[in-house]
Amino acid sequence: MSNEMSDNGMIITESATALPEGVHLPIYMDNHATTPMDPRVLEAMLPYFGAKFGNAASRNHAFGWEAEQAVEKAREQIAKLIGATSKEIIFTSGATESNNLAIKGIAEMYRERGNHIITQATEHKAVLDTCKRLEKAGYRVTYLPVQADGLIDLEDLKNAMDDKTILVSIMYANNEIGVIQPIAEIGKLCHEKGVIFHTDAVQAVGKIPVDVQKDNIDVLSLSGHKVYGPKGVGALYVRRRNPRVQISEQINGGGHERGMRSGTLNVPGIVGLGAACEIAMNEMEAEGKREAELRDYLKAKLENALDYVHVNGNMEHHLPGNLNMSFVYVEGESLLMGINDVAVSSGSACTSATLEPSYVLKALGLGDDVAHSSIRFGLGRFNTKAEVDYVSDKVIDVVLKLRELSPLYEMVKEGIDLTKIEWAAH
Amino acid sequence: MAYSDKVIDHYNNPRNVGQMDKTSGEVGTGLVGAPECGDVMRLQIRVNPETQVIEDAKFKTFGCGSAIASSSLATEWVKGKTVAEALEIKNTDIVKELALPPVKIHCSVLAEDAIRAAIGDWKKKNNVAETEGVAVAAL
Repeated sequence: MSNEMSDNGMIITESATALPEGVHLPIYMDNHATTPMDPRVLEAMLPYFGAKFGNAASRNHAFGWEAEQAVEKAREQIAKLIGATSKEIIFTSGATESNNLAIKGIAEMYRERGNHIITQATEHKAVLDTCKRLEKAGYRVTYLPVQADGLIDLEDLKNAMDDKTILVSIMYANNEIGVIQPIAEIGKLCHEKGVIFHTDAVQAVGKIPVDVQKDNIDVLSLSGHKVYGPKGVGALYVRRRNPRVQISEQINGGGHERGMRSGTLNVPGIVGLGAACEIAMNEMEAEGKREAELRDYLKAKLENALDYVHVNGNMEHHLPGNLNMSFVYVEGESLLMGINDVAVSSGSACTSATLEPSYVLKALGLGDDVAHSSIRFGLGRFNTKAEVDYVSDKVIDVVLKLRELSPLYEMVKEGIDLTKIEWAAH
Repeated sequence: MAYSDKVIDHYNNPRNVGQMDKTSGEVGTGLVGAPECGDVMRLQIRVNPETQVIEDAKFKTFGCGSAIASSSLATEWVKGKTVAEALEIKNTDIVKELALPPVKIHCSVLAEDAIRAAIGDWKKKNNVAETEGVAVAAL
């Protein structure tokens, strides 16, 4: 079999799977990692790399005013998408910074009131690692477990709250398994107890309706490159009324962004984020419906053709474009290698630097062997049905081939209980 | 991760995939690794009782591309060698042949273990003194 290099350097192995008309390889189906920029977003940004280069903080000339005007327009576009007011939007470099600013900034600001923070096991590392850092600084952090379907139990949250609890940080939707947490109920509970509620809504904003009022959210992180906008820009929503939330700044400088985040604003990035939010606002409903249909089609095709597949995460409370599936007895990285003209992710240890399988899947109580076999499909705005057909056919081909190679699949087919074997760990 | 051409070749065209009768006195079976670690290799050899030459070898592997390639290569290398010669195959030889990156060295270690385990099993069946033990899964 010969291999050829594609334009962008991915090695494409020859495949028996037919390529439908109109499908170009490689196919991008990893939209939880990042999304391609919408051409309309790029168009909106371009002038701000050129003639409109002003500093939004320059108060005394037209270059500055032009930039400021663009920033304020973006602030409104973002606010509108999440039911906020523009004064409640703080620009950052991305969601990692937003999460750091929210959690550290609140912990520091409300230190007198208490030192207890509640989060959960399947958060993004930007939240978990920030909380770990705060633990070293004397804060107490409760990491709520999740149930087998990835949802937290509200009773657990209620029981974890005490009179020292100042902050609850629970993500809106999970980046690996796409599960949507009961955000409005969590927010309600927090408000009843006078606890600030922060949510990392990176995967949810622009994909499903998010409303900080209805959802009782006090602080919310979002990112540009997950909503078909640019990388390097994000925002933090900080509630100004009922209750007014205060945040201790983490970057000191010129007092930009109402003193909460100093630094010259990334005007082109902000313009892009705003444009991306406006497009999402207009197209989210139809797009979500289309992606969910494609996702269900993909899921059904895979389930019909293959045995021993396991869908990870609650499918009822689920992002439209997400499908996380384990192809048991096939190791995830070897599967990725076989479908290397398709960009997806795996929870396999072999795909990570740490050689540990996905902590999110482990938190669901899945065995390491099932976690090692998982693939995350992330469908997005630009994926087509023809692409889904190609990807599903290819995954089926490769899984069947790898199961021919798998001693575990053979043993299970022969009726051997793998759990009864004393494996020699290495 | 970029794979070497040899790893890709073994992955696309794995050599000697299959199963032999593990109850046969001429067959030695080595099952190493663990599902939760993400790799399990089963390597089998059929040894000529007269000459002690490994006349056939088969494998099946659950694992990443490098694990598949390492075990596929191991079956190629042991074929035609005597049991004593096969025991001289070192994981570092596999690393070199397949150009495995540091993070994949454990795949080669597992392949070496699988060779030793298969030979150990054959020796046990045929009452040949065991030279060196290796951790294997108990079936």
